[in-house]
Amino acid sequence: RGVPYQTVTLIHQSMVKRLPEHVQVDDPAVVKRLAKKLERQQIPLRSDYGYKVSLFSHLHQYSRKAPLTQLLSIPSTVIHPSIVRLGLQYSQGIVAGSNARSVALLHAFKQVIRDYTTPPNEELSRDLVNKLKPYISFLNQCRPLSASMGNAIKYIKKEISNIPSQCKEEEAKTKLLTCIDRYIEEKIVLAAKAISKYAIEKISDGDVILVYGYSSLVNNILCEAFEKSRKFRVIVVDSRPRLEGREALRRLVQRGISCTYVLISALSYILPEVSKVFLGAHALLANGYVMSRVGTSQIALVARTYNVPVLVCCETYKFCERVQTDSFVSNELDDPDDLMVTRKGKTQLENWQDVSSLGLLNLVYDVTPPDFVDLVITDLGMIPCTSVPVVLRVKNLDQ
Amino acid sequence: MPGADKEADLTERIEAFLADLKRGGCGTGPIRGSGETARETTALLRKVTAQARWSSAGDLMEIIRKEGRRMTAAQPSETTVGNMVLRVLKIIREEYARSRGSSEETDQQESLHKLLTSGGLSDENFRQHYVHLKANVIEAINELLTELEGTTDNIAMQALEHIHSNEVIMTVGRSRTVEAFLKDAARKRKFHVIVAECAPFCQGHEMATNLSKASIETTVIADAAIFAVMSRVNKVIIGTQTVLANGGLRAVNGTHTVALAARHHSTPLIVCAPMFKLSPQFPNEEDTFHKFVSPHEVLPFTEGEILSKVNVHCPVFDYVPPELITLFISNIGGNAPSYIYRLMSELYHPEDHDL
Repeated sequence: RGVPYQTVTLIHQSMVKRLPEHVQVDDPAVVKRLAKKLERQQIPLRSDYGYKVSLFSHLHQYSRKAPLTQLLSIPSTVIHPSIVRLGLQYSQGIVAGSNARSVALLHAFKQVIRDYTTPPNEELSRDLVNKLKPYISFLNQCRPLSASMGNAIKYIKKEISNIPSQCKEEEAKTKLLTCIDRYIEEKIVLAAKAISKYAIEKISDGDVILVYGYSSLVNNILCEAFEKSRKFRVIVVDSRPRLEGREALRRLVQRGISCTYVLISALSYILPEVSKVFLGAHALLANGYVMSRVGTSQIALVARTYNVPVLVCCETYKFCERVQTDSFVSNELDDPDDLMVTRKGKTQLENWQDVSSLGLLNLVYDVTPPDFVDLVITDLGMIPCTSVPVVLRVKNLDQ
Repeated sequence: MPGADKEADLTERIEAFLADLKRGGCGTGPIRGSGETARETTALLRKVTAQARWSSAGDLMEIIRKEGRRMTAAQPSETTVGNMVLRVLKIIREEYARSRGSSEETDQQESLHKLLTSGGLSDENFRQHYVHLKANVIEAINELLTELEGTTDNIAMQALEHIHSNEVIMTVGRSRTVEAFLKDAARKRKFHVIVAECAPFCQGHEMATNLSKASIETTVIADAAIFAVMSRVNKVIIGTQTVLANGGLRAVNGTHTVALAARHHSTPLIVCAPMFKLSPQFPNEEDTFHKFVSPHEVLPFTEGEILSKVNVHCPVFDYVPPELITLFISNIGGNAPSYIYRLMSELYHPEDHDL
C-alpha cells in the first residue's frame, strides 16, 4: 500500500508549480509584479533591447553592452560583491556552460555564507534563505538561471532550512560549507568520472567522433579516453555566433588528439566519415527531450539520417521536472548584435535597427526529441532518453 | 586582313572569358550570378558561330565542342557554361534536321523502336552544307538569349500561385531568383520570411537586407537554429546552383540540413531554378562533386598556434537528394523532381552529354 500512495502525492506536489516570470514578458501584469518585487529588493530592472521577433515576444532580449551592474549604485548595500561579480560574469559571457555556471554560483554562495552574520532575534535557517532571494533575482536579471543552477539553489535552500535552531552560528556555517563542497564533489566531479568510465566503454579504436560546441563533460571524456590509449580522431563542429567549438578545439589539440574543424553548415559533408556523435546537454526534461545548445537537434537529425549513433552525456543533477516540446515556449534570447559580421570591410546588417521590418534572432537553446537520441550516459548508468522521469522519481524518493 | 582580325578578336574574347571564369566562381559568393554567366556564354557561342570558319554543321559542332571543353575545364563547378554549350549543340542539330527537311521527331533520341526498325546506327554525320544554316542557327541562339533574359521574371510571375498570406517562409543564403520571387509576391500579400545566414560567407545577411527594404518582414537566424524554428515554417523556398539529372540538387552548404528538417516537419520544399541550371550530370560523390575554398573562412589565421595541427574543411556545396524536394519552379512552370529526366531529354541531346 505504501508505494502507490506515495506516487500519488508526489504527482500532486509537482503539479502545483508557478510559471517563471522570465517566460511571461508579454503579460503586462506579470511584468508589473516583477518590477514591484525588484523594487522591494532594491535590484535594478533590466530593460529589453532591440526589435524582438514576434514569435518570441514572451521572452527577454538583453544587450551585452548594457549590463545590469551599470544601474547599481556603488557600494551596493543589498547585494554581496561576489554576487555582483558573478552576475557580471554571467551577463558578459565570461562564465558560460552549465557546469561552470553552477560551480561559480556555489562558490559565490560559499563566500556569502562565510560573510554572513545572523542578525539578533533571527534564526539562521529562515533569515539566510531570505537573504539569498534578492541575490537570485539579481542573477536572474543578469542572465536567466539554468536548470542546473535551479537544482543547486533548491538543494542549498533545503539544506539551510534543515539547520536545527539550536545549532550555533559557526557550526551551522561550517556545516553548510561542507554540504556545498560535497554537492560539487558528488554531483559534478565524481559524476564526470563515472560518466567517463561508462563512455570510454563506448569508444573503440579507429572511431571518428563528432562533438558540437564546447561541453566540459564531453571534453573530459575524450581526454580520459585518450589517456587510456584509445585511438580515435575527433571532428569538432562549431556554429556562429558563439563559436564555442574553438575552445574545445584548443583543449583537444593541446592534449595531442587529432582533430578536424568544420562549421555546422558543412555537417552533411562530414557526417559520412563519422562513427559516433557525442553531445553534451544543458538539461534533460521529464518528457525525454534534451535541452542543449542551439544546433544540437540539427546534428542529431542529420546523424539519424546517416544512421550514426547519437550519445548524450549528462549528469543527473541537470535532470529537470519541466516538460517542453518545442524550442519556443521557454528559451533564451541572446544579444541580437552578435549576428552581425564584417566581411571584406562591409557589415551588411550594420543598421538593422533602422529597418523596421528586419529582425535578428539569436537563440541560445533548442530541444532535441528523444527519437533522435540513442543513449544517455549519466552517472547512474546508461539509460534511454525516456527514463528521465524514472530517475527523477528515484531521486525524489531518496530525498 | 579582316578575316584574321576577326579571328584574333574572337580568340581574345574567348581567352578573356576563360580567365574571368577561372577567377569568377571563387566561392566567396559568385562575382557574377549564374544567369549572367549563361548569357555571356551564349553570346560568346553566337560570336563563335558567326565568326569562325565552318562549312557544315559537323564542323561547327566540333568547334563548339572544343571551345566548350575549354570553358568547362576553366571552372568545372560552374555548370551553366556546359549547359549552354549543350543547348547550342542541340540547336545546331535541330536546325540541321529542319534544313534537311526531315521532321524533328524522327531524329530525336535513340528509342527501342528505332533500334528495332532501322536496324543499325543512323548514318548521321552532319556533313551536308546548307546555305541558310548559319542564319538559322544564329536566329535560334538569339531566341535562346531572349529566353535567358526573361527567366527571373517568368519565375517571379508564378509567385502568387504558391504563397498565401500570413505564411512563414524559410530560405537559405542568397539567391537572386528567390529574391525576385518573394518580392513579387510581397507586392500583393503579406508574409514573413526567415533567412538562414549560411556561414561562413553569410550571404543570408545581404538577402535579408534586400528583402526588408522591400518591406517584407524578415528575420535572420544563425545556421544552428534551422531545426529549432522549422516547426513554425510553412514553406521552404530555396535556390540552387545546379539541378542534377536525377532531380537532386547541388546547392549551397547547409541546404541538406534544411531539406531534412523540412521533411521531418512535413514542410514542402520548393526550389526556384531556371532551366539553364539543369545539368546532365549525376551526383558522383567522391571527387568531382565537392568544391572547397580557403579554410581561413572557417578558422582564421588569428588562431595561429593550432592551425598547423588541425584539419579544416570549408566545402561550398551540398547534395540534396530528389526525395526531399517537393516542387521545382522554373521559367516553364512547376514540375515534380520525377519529371526532370524528361525536361532534360527535351533540352539536350544524349550524344552531347559528354563534351
